[in-house]
Amino acid sequence: MTQTLAPHDVALDAVPEPTRLLTGQPAGMPGVQSEADAPPDPRELRDDQVDGQELTARLARTWGTRKGIIGALSTVDHKIIGRRYIITAFIFLFLGGLSAVAMRMQLARPESGLIGPDLYNQLFTMHGTTMMFLFGVPIGEAFAVFLLPLMLGTRNIAFARLNAYSYYVYLFGGAMIWFAFMLNIGPDVGWFAYVPLSGPEFSPGKRVDFWAQMITFTEVAGIAVAVQIVVTVFKMRAPGMTLDRIPLFVWAELVNAFIIIFALPAVVTASVMLIMDRLVGTHFFNPAEGGDALLYQHLFWFFGHPEVYIIFIPATGWVSAIVVTFSRRQAFGYIPLVLSMIATGFLSFGLWVHHMFTTGLPQLGASFFTASSMLIAIPNGIQIFCWIATLWDGRPVFRTPLLFVMGFFFIFVAGGLSGIMLASVPIDAQVHDTMFVVAHFHYVLIGGNVFPLLGAVYYWFPKFTGRMMSERLGKWHFWLAFIGFNITFFPMHITGLMGMPRRVYTYLPEMGWGNLNLISTLGATMLFASFVVFLVNVVVSARRGALAGPNPWDAGTLEWATSSPPLPQNFDRIPVVTNREPLWAHRNTLPVVAGLSVENREVIISTATAGRADLKESSPEPSIWPFLAAIATTVTFIGSIFTPWAIVWGGLPTTITLLGWFWPKGVKEDEA
Amino acid sequence: MNRVTLFLLSLPLAGCQGWQSTLDAHGPAARTLADMFWIFTAVLATVWVLTMGALLLALRKRRVAGADPLATNPATERRMTIVISTAIGLTFVTVLALTGISYGGQRALYSHKDGALTLLVTGRQWWWQITYEDPQTNRIFTTANEIHIPVGEPVLIKLESADVIHSFWIPNLTGKMDAITGRQNQVQIQADRPGVYRGQCAEFCGLQHAHMGMLVIAEPKEDFERWRNNQISAAKPPADPERQRGMEIFLSKPCVMCHQIRGTDAGGKIAPDLTHVGSRRYIAAGTLETTRGNIAAWIVDPHGIKPGVTMPTIQLEPDEVQPLASYLEGLK
Amino acid sequence: MRNLLTASIAVLILTACEREDREYRANPVTAETEEKIALSPLSGGPSPPVERRSGIGQGYEENAFHVAQGKKLYVWFNCNGCHANGGGGSGPPLMDDRWTYGGQIENIVQTIREGRPNGMPSFRGKIPDDQIWQIAAYVRSMGRNVRKDVAPGRNDDMHPAPAEQRRPPGEVIDGGQISPSAQMPQ
Repeated sequence: MTQTLAPHDVALDAVPEPTRLLTGQPAGMPGVQSEADAPPDPRELRDDQVDGQELTARLARTWGTRKGIIGALSTVDHKIIGRRYIITAFIFLFLGGLSAVAMRMQLARPESGLIGPDLYNQLFTMHGTTMMFLFGVPIGEAFAVFLLPLMLGTRNIAFARLNAYSYYVYLFGGAMIWFAFMLNIGPDVGWFAYVPLSGPEFSPGKRVDFWAQMITFTEVAGIAVAVQIVVTVFKMRAPGMTLDRIPLFVWAELVNAFIIIFALPAVVTASVMLIMDRLVGTHFFNPAEGGDALLYQHLFWFFGHPEVYIIFIPATGWVSAIVVTFSRRQAFGYIPLVLSMIATGFLSFGLWVHHMFTTGLPQLGASFFTASSMLIAIPNGIQIFCWIATLWDGRPVFRTPLLFVMGFFFIFVAGGLSGIMLASVPIDAQVHDTMFVVAHFHYVLIGGNVFPLLGAVYYWFPKFTGRMMSERLGKWHFWLAFIGFNITFFPMHITGLMGMPRRVYTYLPEMGWGNLNLISTLGATMLFASFVVFLVNVVVSARRGALAGPNPWDAGTLEWATSSPPLPQNFDRIPVVTNREPLWAHRNTLPVVAGLSVENREVIISTATAGRADLKESSPEPSIWPFLAAIATTVTFIGSIFTPWAIVWGGLPTTITLLGWFWPKGVKEDEA
Repeated sequence: MNRVTLFLLSLPLAGCQGWQSTLDAHGPAARTLADMFWIFTAVLATVWVLTMGALLLALRKRRVAGADPLATNPATERRMTIVISTAIGLTFVTVLALTGISYGGQRALYSHKDGALTLLVTGRQWWWQITYEDPQTNRIFTTANEIHIPVGEPVLIKLESADVIHSFWIPNLTGKMDAITGRQNQVQIQADRPGVYRGQCAEFCGLQHAHMGMLVIAEPKEDFERWRNNQISAAKPPADPERQRGMEIFLSKPCVMCHQIRGTDAGGKIAPDLTHVGSRRYIAAGTLETTRGNIAAWIVDPHGIKPGVTMPTIQLEPDEVQPLASYLEGLK
Repeated sequence: MRNLLTASIAVLILTACEREDREYRANPVTAETEEKIALSPLSGGPSPPVERRSGIGQGYEENAFHVAQGKKLYVWFNCNGCHANGGGGSGPPLMDDRWTYGGQIENIVQTIREGRPNGMPSFRGKIPDDQIWQIAAYVRSMGRNVRKDVAPGRNDDMHPAPAEQRRPPGEVIDGGQISPSAQMPQ
């Protein structure tokens, strides 16, 4: 398909002579006819008939978002929704961080009376819940929503209305649990909510019900976005983007989406069983009536361990993108990197029992999970080694994003290695549920997700806003975060080994844990200060940062081929991909295809493996219905906390909104 | 400056002592675990240092500027492939070796030897009920939050839960094991030397999870037998008038609804058995040392000490507190 | 409209606070409250019977934590020895609508504290006052005389009847006779 390409300028106002891939002559595999090859409808204006400013303006009008509040709520632009997703996830990150700081204040001194057990239990539950469900899962998907269509060279994400719906459901679910917390209905049973403690007998009131419904909200949103990601990656790639030309970040998001699709139903099952035990008196977890408390743990961790990789795998995408760009060298070991991501995805489902080594499971079974847990060191090792090799053979440019990736290496490798200790049944018997584990998974999650994430924000901020972030503040941010993090969490290894369990709101002075805890608290303050610096940097840079231009980092992937921030249509003409790093392969010009409608929202659907242009499909118009459907869903879910009948009554408005959403409108494409 | 260095140096070592430390092993199981921990730490720290070294070298390497990012040198590619494959091979061998060590440790930890003593430990919100089992039923007795074991003998502990999931953990002696509702788990403890070892609930169990401690006291065989025989016997009626008055107060107040004192009419079974409460080192599940003042404080305001605990605030006249505390303290 | 919205949100917030509070440290001045509740509207003289309610009962009835504590104590203090799981045994049933000595929480507190003829012992001085209120609040939930979102769910036990929160809301009919099954053998 690339045989007829002519080189063209990347710049938007250039006047490229488009390659007519979609104009009648077969461009794909010989003998295979596809709709893309059909002659265009002469009545419709196509993008090979106009050029330059006019094309840009017309496409921007076609793909744009209407003004006003209705317009803002109706938008299906993946960039606008992606930006909202990212900002919302960061707000939850800050809320979770604040609750962590409050806990650290309480733990600074033994027998401190600052926060009582009731509030403390709510705080650590909110911290874990927020970080795992409202930040960890959504942040990876949020970046995918914004970046994937840009990186894949298409104009919107698949199922764009579902995308809008999923965002609102996520927002309402997260807002619900935080409002509940402020009304003293905050869950107080830990983010894992083990039965029977979270069951009807030991958790009176509605606190746990709110938690369980929050799970439902975030799962609906999470799975919806995961489906969009899978479809976008498989069917909406730019022509010529074969499987081995997909950027590593996109691979990471794809693997991540599959993990989400397979893991999240387990926790929905668990939380629905829990809420049914609590509200309608089922006995799933009641041993006296033949239920089983351990069943809950199995279900929860069958989700809970892949969850760790749901948080980590997008970060491997961020790290890959940053390492490649700032090494000024294409990724070493692209295929091994992709395969190790996939292997991690598969292995992540075979590890969950290492969260349950102390529940008295059969020993042979437990030792199997030791082996499988340790095995995951191998794909992770491959990734780390390949990144180091890329840096080794490249010409590293030290900017803030790469600095954060260095922090990632330092911290994440340490956390991964202490994870090998936890994989061992006997060692886990000592350190399970102690501060050692807290230290371990903060090394893994903050090292493995937050540091790459901050790098990713510094990296893609110019694309999001069109302005650069301050390097000077960025360096301050990094060093404060890096040092603060290690001061906070390294001592926890020792407090854990000294016997301090997790989730205690206080401890006796004679235990001798006071000084180490004080150090951790001081570190936490520093870590928090680093985030304040970050916030200042974001706010100031978004208003007054240096203008970025389309490709400030001289990166190689397609999102840098368009303006910063991108126009609603992403690209005036869809690029043709001939290389894994298209902008490095075509330094000054980028081949493009033409033939798409200018007046209608049309996108190219390509074949799943070869990335051959196959169909022209319409992408959804903006609609208010997803927003209304999200409200109806929210009312149903919150109502069902109080009465099971809410499912029945709430079904009515939900159905009405869905009818409105899918009401056939006689899309112009169908008339043709 | 020197003092700071000294303090920092003392931090890693601080883990090696202390009465609830995993690395201060006083039993065969804990020793195996501590040894394994150090082996793993040594191996994994080496891996970390090597990886960071490689990263540092990669960053410090001199190179030609301005080359094409897509250009690769086949010789370099081949060399890096070989190095990485070797590294992966070594990772695999390391992981395999560690799995083997782990499996060995697991066998050592969970192969229960026959012991003379079997205890039934029941986790309750937020204290530990301990029953010493015996083939002779009149030698069975129940106590709370303090386990005495003879030195050098393996003791089997059966774990149950009366409410939510708890986890039994004596770091100086062995790893933890959960007490799960509707199930029974087993764990074995053994102490090499006489001593007092502290343990704590390790599975989040509600409001007072933080104050759910217990002590294990390892003592020579004859001391242990003396202690056991004393525990089996009923409480002796107090001799001095103050304590007699305390006993009357105890029996006429809500205490009897929940607590048992064998040898009196108090027969409640839902709170710790107080027959020999004065002989225990701590009250309120490892929270307060057993002194007359602490007992009085606990009775007058339990929620000031353990907010949310099941023990209610008892309405006492000011002159009733001292005799009551004195009576309880005297129950040796 | 706006006022209505504000009011409903305020009500929501207040009920949430009331329902969810874990007030485990009882008022340090736990002197017994002297409640006076009329069992019937009839009284001697022209004025209706004099009642005195301290109003603290509501705080117990509308708080899920207190009701759940009461449920625990109900079993721990062996109330089910006579009243079973509310269906009655040698004591009268507690989940029906007939209340021999009154079905307001103040009546029940009085019944527990003072005892009643035909076998109900007095627990004055045996059960601290705040726990009596908790038990009484739970007893009220057995006939679903408390709000649905406050009544307890099922226990981790064998189940003879649906959990309190799933029972239909009950009435309270004061007075009446002791059911024959609940009469002490004479």
